Amino acid sequence: MSDAPRPKRRFRQKSVIPGFGLTLGYTLTCLGVIVLLPLATLVAKAAGLGPAGIWAVATDPRVASALRVSFGVSLLAALTASIFGGIVAWVLTRYDFPGRKLADAVVDLPFALPTAVAGIALASLYAPNGPVGSQLAKIGIEAAYTPVGIFIAMVFIGLPFAVRTVQPLIAEIDKEVEEASAILGASRIATLTKVVLPPLIPAVLTGFALAFARGVGEYGSIIFIAGNLPYVSEIAPLLIVIKLSEFDYEGASAIAVIMLGISFLTLLAINLVQAWSRRRFGYV
Amino acid sequence: MSEAVAPFPDTRDDTIRPPQSVVTERRYVRWLLIAVALTFLALFLVLPLITVFAQALAKGWGAYLAAFTEADARSAIVLTLTVAAIAVPFNLVFGVAAAWAIAKFEFRGKNLLVTLIDLPFSVSPVVSGLIYVLVFGSRGLFGPYLVEHDIQIIFAVPGIVLATVFVTFPFVARQLIPLMQEQGTAEEEAALTLGASGWHAFRTVTLPNIRWGLLYAVLLCNARAMGEFGAVSVVSGHIRGLTNTLPLHVEILYNEYNFVAAFAVASLLAGLALVTLAIKSFLEWRYADDIAAGTRRH
Repeated sequence: MSDAPRPKRRFRQKSVIPGFGLTLGYTLTCLGVIVLLPLATLVAKAAGLGPAGIWAVATDPRVASALRVSFGVSLLAALTASIFGGIVAWVLTRYDFPGRKLADAVVDLPFALPTAVAGIALASLYAPNGPVGSQLAKIGIEAAYTPVGIFIAMVFIGLPFAVRTVQPLIAEIDKEVEEASAILGASRIATLTKVVLPPLIPAVLTGFALAFARGVGEYGSIIFIAGNLPYVSEIAPLLIVIKLSEFDYEGASAIAVIMLGISFLTLLAINLVQAWSRRRFGYV
Repeated sequence: MSEAVAPFPDTRDDTIRPPQSVVTERRYVRWLLIAVALTFLALFLVLPLITVFAQALAKGWGAYLAAFTEADARSAIVLTLTVAAIAVPFNLVFGVAAAWAIAKFEFRGKNLLVTLIDLPFSVSPVVSGLIYVLVFGSRGLFGPYLVEHDIQIIFAVPGIVLATVFVTFPFVARQLIPLMQEQGTAEEEAALTLGASGWHAFRTVTLPNIRWGLLYAVLLCNARAMGEFGAVSVVSGHIRGLTNTLPLHVEILYNEYNFVAAFAVASLLAGLALVTLAIKSFLEWRYADDIAAGTRRH
């Protein structure tokens, strides 16, 4: 930061470092051309239908059912990923066991593995004649080509978000606070639920939100295992692809905008809950 | 008030065994949780990975290697490498420029800018492809102009590159911004005071400071660029030998029930993912402080 006294309200503070205009200009140009213009075109296209038109698309039975599947299953999958992700994060940070480093590296696999590869692998595992699918069939669970398959793919894709947002906070927990709690007579369970867990809640919610948003938009790892039956296991992103292949640009844009809108509202709600829990638990 | 004289918890426990630490769970709880976590990871993450290689080699090495001698597979490999070779350097330059502007200067609207740069991460891959169809497709915003001048972007390589740039847009910037913010501007200011030019200061002072973080970001950006499926699938048009990237080739082979070839090509991408993870873990272990802002785990 420059040591000159701060001038009155300016767009930017004075600095001896060069290149501000160049780098900011380049950044804004790229951002505008690559991100903002195309997204604005999408919104404009959907807006061309008018509120009534968008509502008509949203309430079309096939679209409504696809949205229900995408958002409903993603909610369950994000919940599952958050619970098990929390356990995984706790185990990886707090306990020492052989293979811990390897397990830690494996968590990032869904980030690195192309979604199509994950998709065909999950599909062949959970297919009725696949190694896991045949076992599940014995206990009466049909995984592939049903919403259960979508759920499995969404848990796969959401898990790293759930683990990686909570993990750094677990590592930062001050063990002296836990000691104090124990010395004051709290049982371990009480210490965990009343002292350790509350400050982690905002991070758990963030992980949940990220996993949920990712699940809603996910395409590649789902379409192979889902079977894509209309009204049963058809997800909203696939419906966008179908509308596009029918050259129904307006319909595709409307579904996309509805998805973005619902995701945005969900994230907003979670941000509010987060802000509330930060105030409530006094965590910065 | 007689209990108050024994402030230490659980005296029943330390009869013979060493005393139980108060900041961890009992041994059986620990092992139970470790078992749950590892079983979950094995079932959901490791098993699919093993499946890829097992299925690829299900009919032996001959069938496995045959999948790569096919002309379509080769052109898919070439296209994937080409797209990554354009998209990754583009985002590298963008990310460094954005991080320089955001981390080294104070200006209004900075938080909004950072949020907008992150935007592509919260957009569905399919929508990422759709938006380019709406802009450059024959019935899109610039459609009439492009048709008139015989420029094909959608269902051609430029569209694939654009969609890939979009989905990998935030990688480098979001890695570098906190890192460069933490490093501050003192070292650059010193270099400039000593008479270095701006570019010289960037090359000899800033770049060495951020190189590991940069490498880390490029690694992840590349993995995503080569593996992107949804966005690319929408803009590619699936023309065999022309606009098929490796992930799209996997899809086509799989849908043709050519499972060995599909998994063989998939194993190539899975191998890329494993190499990425290995280098990533190595960088995190060796250069933790140089990769990300703040003290990291490990």
